[in-house]
Amino acid sequence: MMTDKAVSEMSFEEAMAALEQVVTQLERGEVALEQSIALYEKGAALKAHCAAKLKAAEEKVELIRAAEGRAVGTTPVEGL
Amino acid sequence: MFEDSPAPPGNQPEYTVSELSGAVKRVIEGEFGLVRVRGEVGRVSRPASGHLYFDLKDDRSVIAAISWKGQAAKMQVRPEEGMEVVATGRMTTFPGQSKYQLIVDDVAPAGAGALMAMLEKRRAALQAEGLFDPARKQPIPYLPQVIGVITSPSGAVIRDILHRLRDRFPRHVLIWPVAVQGQSCAAEVAAAIRGFNALAPGGPIPRPDLLIVARGGGSLEDLWGFNEEIVVRAAAASRIPLISAVGHETDTTLIDHAADLRAPTPTAAAELAVPVRMELLATLDALSARLSRAIAQGAANRGQRLRDLGRALPRLDSLLAQPSQRLDLWSGRLGGALGMAAARKRAAFERAARLRPETLLALIAGKRGELQARAQRLSDRAAVALERKHSQMDKWASRLDPALTRLLTTAARDIARDRDRLTALDSRLQAAPARRLADLAARLEQIDRTRQTLGYRETLKRGFAVMRGDGHVVTSKAAAERSATLEVEFADGRLALGGRPAKKGRSEGGRDQGSLF
Repeated sequence: MMTDKAVSEMSFEEAMAALEQVVTQLERGEVALEQSIALYEKGAALKAHCAAKLKAAEEKVELIRAAEGRAVGTTPVEGL
Repeated sequence: MFEDSPAPPGNQPEYTVSELSGAVKRVIEGEFGLVRVRGEVGRVSRPASGHLYFDLKDDRSVIAAISWKGQAAKMQVRPEEGMEVVATGRMTTFPGQSKYQLIVDDVAPAGAGALMAMLEKRRAALQAEGLFDPARKQPIPYLPQVIGVITSPSGAVIRDILHRLRDRFPRHVLIWPVAVQGQSCAAEVAAAIRGFNALAPGGPIPRPDLLIVARGGGSLEDLWGFNEEIVVRAAAASRIPLISAVGHETDTTLIDHAADLRAPTPTAAAELAVPVRMELLATLDALSARLSRAIAQGAANRGQRLRDLGRALPRLDSLLAQPSQRLDLWSGRLGGALGMAAARKRAAFERAARLRPETLLALIAGKRGELQARAQRLSDRAAVALERKHSQMDKWASRLDPALTRLLTTAARDIARDRDRLTALDSRLQAAPARRLADLAARLEQIDRTRQTLGYRETLKRGFAVMRGDGHVVTSKAAAERSATLEVEFADGRLALGGRPAKKGRSEGGRDQGSLF
């Protein structure tokens, strides 16, 4: 069955898998009415979570400043 | 050599040890200021000083070699025991030990074959240690948030990676700049791998959840840093999943074996690192649509089922119509039936009500009379029948005696007749053989008569004769003329003509023959 992990803590991949499972379950039509409504709500939450993760696709490139083999800071990189 | 007496002075100048050693040093350094020497690396040692001591040898000789700390650090290839190398440097001496030695600036593998052999040897050793074990491989995250790239910050490689990431799924990228070739390459790459792993999650610098170690194509020597044990060990030890992308597709370095995933090129590494965002969006949209459709379909199906069940439920009036009709029918018939039943019962009751003792007595008297009459009729009829049977029997008895007499008479007559027939047959049986004999005798006589009549001797009696010549019967004149003797037989005997008298013959003769003579 589904993981009990909170949707907000799921990785994108986990959320997608859970959503797929929810949809399949609903499509099979074997769940009780009340459970199907709960499933739908969970599916909607998963979808929103995934969509948020996909939306947060912003490029950010930084150069590590290292000292003695340790990263001590970053410098933004432009134009690469 | 050094006897008690001092050596006699001669022409040669006298050196001190140091003077001579210095002279030798000058000669050697002057003569061999820059040499290239080929040989196999012997024992190698690197004490804490950082200087590198090793031997160069061939099958007959050994030369001690030293690389000072600064020189050793710059070497692209570090000499290892058993390696075939060409060392470049200058000869010098170490007067303190009366030694001469080669100060090595650089060491190059003697040919690619030697380098490959060494690489293979190192690979086998690391593999034996389990560093390349497939069980050690970590899965690459599906969608990393932060990607650490270890490569040169300038050049095509990082641009290729960023470009491809931008196309697929723009991410937060941290570049750890390193030298990707040269003496410091291996150490820097190893340090970068360890440095990324050392970042604490949630710290000021985000800890990457994926590392890419990348370098463009190059010669075996160019890529050599990625074959170094220090790099291989760092990659194998990385807790952050690591993709190696060193060189071109055909180049394989040892870090590729230790990495969790090997990409043939830096661009391919970016493709392996992130999914395509647009595809994910499409997938998500499709899933979302399916979700909506599924819930709507679920509701629709339930509604439909409810309606179907509702339709299947029969209406109340239709349920009641037929029983109601039957009720009407039967209740309508109920009134008439009740009246009729009552009338029928009343009539029966009235008949029964007439049943009184007088009636019964009269009825009984009537029945008794009837019974007596019937009994009388029955006994009369029985007497008559009996009488009839009696007379019939008497009649049969009277007919019985004459019939018996007749039967006996007939039987006696038949017996007498049969006896007479038997007697007659018996007498005929007695006579039969005698008569048969008489008959046979008479026939025999008759037949004999016939025989005598037909025989020629009877003919002789009638005047005929038989002519024989030489004992044979002669029937023609020609036969008679040919015979020597002739004989005539008559009925009473034979007469020889001419010659000797015939034999005794019977007295008989034919009439025809007789007339011939």
